[in-house]
Amino acid sequence: MTVSSVSPAEPAPPPSLEVSGLAYAYPDGHQALFGVDLTVGRGERVALLGPNGAGKTTLVLHLNGILTAGAGTVAVAGLPVAKRNLGEIRRRVGIVFQDPDDQLFMPTVREDVAFGPAAAGLRGSELDARVVTALGQVGMSEYADRPPHHLSFGQRRRVAVATVLAMHPEILVLDEPSSNLDPASRRELADILRSLDITVLMVTHDLPYALELCSRAVILSQGVIAADGPTGSLLGDQELMAAHRLELPFGFDPRSVSPGHVAP
Amino acid sequence: MHVPDGFIDVPVSAATGVVAAGAVAVSLRGARRELDERTAPLAGLVAAFIFAVQMLNFPVAAGTSGHLLGGALAAILVGPYTGVLCISVVLLMQGILFADGGLTALGVNITDMAVVTTVVAYALFRGLVKVLPRTRRSVTIASFAAALVSVPAAALAFTALYAVGGTTDVPLGKVLTAMVGVHVLIGIGEAAITALTVGAVIAVRPDLVYGARGLSAPLKLRVGGELVDAAPAAPAPVAARSGASPRTLWATGLVTALVLAGFVSFYASGSPDGLEKVAADHGIDKQTEEHATADSPLADYGVKDISDARISGGLAGVIGVGATVAVGSGIFWTVRRRRTAAGAGTGTVPAGNA
Amino acid sequence: MGAGHAHKLYRHGHSPVHELPPHCKLAAVFCFVIVVVSTPREAVWSFALYGVLLAAVAAVARIPVGFLLRRLLIEIPFVAFALLMPFVVPGHQVRYLGLSLSVPGLWGAWNVLAKGTLGVCASVILASTTELRSLLLGLQRLRLPSLLVQIASFMIRYGDVITDEMRRMSIARRSRGFEARGVRHWGVLAKSAGALFIRSYERGERVHLAMVSRGYAGTMPVIDEVTASRAQWTRAAALPLSALAVCLLGWTL
Repeated sequence: MTVSSVSPAEPAPPPSLEVSGLAYAYPDGHQALFGVDLTVGRGERVALLGPNGAGKTTLVLHLNGILTAGAGTVAVAGLPVAKRNLGEIRRRVGIVFQDPDDQLFMPTVREDVAFGPAAAGLRGSELDARVVTALGQVGMSEYADRPPHHLSFGQRRRVAVATVLAMHPEILVLDEPSSNLDPASRRELADILRSLDITVLMVTHDLPYALELCSRAVILSQGVIAADGPTGSLLGDQELMAAHRLELPFGFDPRSVSPGHVAP
Repeated sequence: MHVPDGFIDVPVSAATGVVAAGAVAVSLRGARRELDERTAPLAGLVAAFIFAVQMLNFPVAAGTSGHLLGGALAAILVGPYTGVLCISVVLLMQGILFADGGLTALGVNITDMAVVTTVVAYALFRGLVKVLPRTRRSVTIASFAAALVSVPAAALAFTALYAVGGTTDVPLGKVLTAMVGVHVLIGIGEAAITALTVGAVIAVRPDLVYGARGLSAPLKLRVGGELVDAAPAAPAPVAARSGASPRTLWATGLVTALVLAGFVSFYASGSPDGLEKVAADHGIDKQTEEHATADSPLADYGVKDISDARISGGLAGVIGVGATVAVGSGIFWTVRRRRTAAGAGTGTVPAGNA
Repeated sequence: MGAGHAHKLYRHGHSPVHELPPHCKLAAVFCFVIVVVSTPREAVWSFALYGVLLAAVAAVARIPVGFLLRRLLIEIPFVAFALLMPFVVPGHQVRYLGLSLSVPGLWGAWNVLAKGTLGVCASVILASTTELRSLLLGLQRLRLPSLLVQIASFMIRYGDVITDEMRRMSIARRSRGFEARGVRHWGVLAKSAGALFIRSYERGERVHLAMVSRGYAGTMPVIDEVTASRAQWTRAAALPLSALAVCLLGWTL
């Protein structure tokens, strides 16, 4: 896969995600977003960093129209997020939630992966093919008929990714993908994400993971995008990091990770 | 109280099946109206919660324990429609998966345990919440009363069904005594736990308690004018003041009646007759058996039935007293409150949206 | 609990009974129980025949007797009730071992015990030869309202998750030296129950969010269709039909 973050204004394909001037206040009056501008080009992997309460989850819920923008617009591959497009938008934006138990609500893995495509109208062998492919992509094919709660946490997270991949989304949005994973599952998931030829927006606190997987990072702080640039240089900017309550793990030096590691 | 096959005759089973189906259909529509497309996940999770909480053992005394039935709790927490749905689904699954309750008796079981408990509990709860001052404590008290009455009400309904369609002519008086008596005791435990649980939820997420909707907003309004007792918000204080002395009266009366009935019946049954003695023996037998199979999924089932028949058999009167006092004073208050409200000329619309 | 105990309730196997479509089995068991309940209690021998029929099905399904018997324990509360009947029902009395028993009471007890036990046996055979998931599909196929089936499947899916949360809370309580011993500890347990409700409800909301994110709009997409051939229906009907024959004999003889 090629990383083309240098030229986001390419005319040919519309960017996978285009957020502009997005502001939002919750019904109780608490305002979470104050004008977010973010463009993610097709095929990019972008890390969305930010301290607790920065509005990350609120932003994510706007991407597939669960929350409706108070001001500003969101477009996915050129299609604006609006009531009339919701079905298509939700197919295009695949959100993997933090707790796989919330995401895997069907009695078996297979049915869970089939849920999205089936809701979009797929039936029969076409549906089966989708399920098989998606489970293959995350290496969980042999677990198709197991109930989700019989899987380990890492396996459940992988199945959660598959449920979204089965919908052939334009962009994969991961909410804290590495949380609660042991190092091996963490690495396995990273391998899977790297192998996918798909746009990824990764919301995370896990800075080394962001550096490992995403060449570009943005910092969401106090409801706006406070910084946007190559992940390595953002993480290396100690002043910027401290200003937004972001801390690297003890002993971790972002310069020690070779950029070649990012795009295999 | 899960009725097995062959306990109630076929016509009555079929009739209750129709009643149950109707009630479930109405609840499906009602729940859909309230929860919209969230019905399935929310009702499903609440059903799972009821299922789980039925396994939570509440120790009573050395070695014995009981557990929640959950009808009143479900009604108060998620409303009568969703409540009926959740309990019905739990009963359906218990019947099919665990053979707990006969398949042909599903109608009887749903009518009795899902519909009667939920509806009785919710009606009484709403009535009390309206009559009592608008505080969280009132919600807890109302939950206690609702749960207390709901369990014997189900026993009463069961007895009525048995009277119509029982396959054997057991003397009804005795069935009634045994059923209602035992279930008054269960009801007391149910009431305490329900009230405590509702109280715990209301302390953290009052918005999640269906039965207490609309309680928090006016509460805040009144906090503003707390110092002045005769606040401009006329209707509520009027109701509260007029209710104050009868309320104590009512409470004292109920407690006295319960205690009296309890004592009298305890001693009255000091020399147990055949029924009670056997009940005691078998109750104890049952308990030991149940402990032996403690890890089986439904080990708890039936532990709720009281082992000491000397207490249980005799306590039949308690609920009669309790229910009559509660219902009677409920009606008395509603009528009286309406009258005062009308007399005061404040033009309050009698809230009929229970 | 639900799914957590599902593997204990269900016995994996490939017998002809396992292989029948779930809705056929559900219908067969339901019809069988109706037939049993409609049989006059005086036809004692017919209940023995029903027992034989069920034993045959259990044998074909390779369900061990011990397993079946253990599951029968669920009946015990009503066995106690049935055992009371000979003592409390008025009517002609007989003396046996020094006890005075009423004849209608004995008949009543027999009626409840025989029919109840057969009903439980039939349900146990159904549950131990049919996977939870297929049972739900079967119910759906039998035209149980889809919303009800959805609620049931969510209950089963999350029964385990919630029971687990409950267990963790209990461990947390005990780790801090709390042991529920009596009524005065109800407050603490009820607080746990309250917290459990809040967690369950909030999880319900999150699950809904996840569903909506994948295109849910109120109806469950059809993923699995269970179908039954005529031969399968015939095989499933064998049990209730032979029971019906026994029942008719019971009425006429």
